[in-house]
Amino acid sequence: MKKFWQAAQQTGELAFLTGRAFVAMISPPYEIGLWVRQMEQIGVRSLGVASITTIFTGMVMALQTALSLPSLGIKYYIGAVVSKSLVRELGPVLTALIVGGRIGSGMTAEIGTMKVTEQIDALRSMAADPVKKLVAPKLAATLFMLPALTLIGDALGILGGLVIAVTTLDLPAGLYLNDVFEALTLGDVASGVGKSFFFAYFIAIVGCYNGLTTRGGADGVGRATTNTVVLASILVLVSDFFLTKLFYLLA
Amino acid sequence: MPEPLYQIRGLTKRYGSRTVLEDLDFDLQRGECLVIIGRSGSGKSVTLRQLNGLEKPDAGTVIFDGIDLTQLEERELFPIRRRLAMLFQSGALFDSMNVFDNVAFPLREHTKKPQKEIAETVRHKLSLVNLKDKDVERKMPADLSGGMRKRVALARSLALDPEVVLFDEPTTGLDPITSATIGHLINSIQKELGVTAVVVTHDIPLARRVGDRLAFLHQGRFLFFGDWAEADRSTEAELTGFLAGREEDEDAA
Repeated sequence: MKKFWQAAQQTGELAFLTGRAFVAMISPPYEIGLWVRQMEQIGVRSLGVASITTIFTGMVMALQTALSLPSLGIKYYIGAVVSKSLVRELGPVLTALIVGGRIGSGMTAEIGTMKVTEQIDALRSMAADPVKKLVAPKLAATLFMLPALTLIGDALGILGGLVIAVTTLDLPAGLYLNDVFEALTLGDVASGVGKSFFFAYFIAIVGCYNGLTTRGGADGVGRATTNTVVLASILVLVSDFFLTKLFYLLA
Repeated sequence: MPEPLYQIRGLTKRYGSRTVLEDLDFDLQRGECLVIIGRSGSGKSVTLRQLNGLEKPDAGTVIFDGIDLTQLEERELFPIRRRLAMLFQSGALFDSMNVFDNVAFPLREHTKKPQKEIAETVRHKLSLVNLKDKDVERKMPADLSGGMRKRVALARSLALDPEVVLFDEPTTGLDPITSATIGHLINSIQKELGVTAVVVTHDIPLARRVGDRLAFLHQGRFLFFGDWAEADRSTEAELTGFLAGREEDEDAA
């Protein structure tokens, strides 16, 4: 029962932090410098890991599909299979899991360390709002960058599939690409990118909340960081199911 | 007697079922230096954190210059916090910024001064804490010694010319010589700039050096509140034990 109340309280606090962060995001003065720095930190520096994730996923998808179902002549639909599943599902989710683990834990570690070394209190004592200075730029940067990374990842993953199609499955590149463009609809892209907005929100808000509520020195920072990775991943996976349903209903 | 700067009445703070501060009443005059001493865990730092609203009490009022801080929301406290500065135990410099940017932070945040003027103010504040070396400005907090970090933090807290400076254990973790330097700095800043100071410490030599008045906090209550002459005449066993005990420790060290 105690656990239940704790969870309820945390959910309330997360909602409250969300409200404060969005108000801080849209009200002047705008901390453009901080936003750009976070976008670089969160977006640009995650590009490598996001690309590798989706390129190899695209390659494996092409290989598995063709080799595991050879009798159906499925290799002529490889482009459709790879692109549909990447854009709708694997791109957003895998990017959110990999990039989310990286940036979410980074946020918790940074803010948590500031918390336990009194830097958050120092901000407050100098009449600066930690939500405005720390949470809002991170949330804004994640909301912008995760969908962007997802789109880039989708494209690279499809190219990864293309490489396998041409080199291993002896499929002409034109056929594969034609297949991709015929199968892929704007709705697929919108659904994938739409999901990654929600994932971005979960990752950033959990990362910042765990940082701000860190207690107990270096040990506490370690625990909070682990907690962020676990909670953010679970939220991504569980919400993915409901978002998938939602987007199919909307389409 | 002029109107006190701070009027604290019935201040009570609990953490769960534990009462940390119980019904404290005290006044603070403009320009004085109040030293709050007591053992670790006696509620000294918690008291200090009520004075700029970092924490809210469970009961009581903290009236600063006619305004009850306990009634204000976080945002409403901001204009008041610009007039108050706090020096944290660890210094609490921002790791991600160098010394210059740390000291410039409150100026950039709250004034529209041009870069050149900010740079001048930063250098002036650093010189107040005897950091005139230009190299220091570019250093990151991680590269500074404990004493230097405290001094930079002090310079940062002075950036907006505060009326009150709250010192949380300013000499903890420093060697005796550096501690004496910090004590000297507190003295000179307080007397020359006319700021009101509240110093929380268990460093008795420091308390003697800087304190106009002394408050002895024990289990959430003031066992003693008065000037040093009264403190030395006091027969309150806990206080005399604390003063003597600490001094013996210092002698042994």
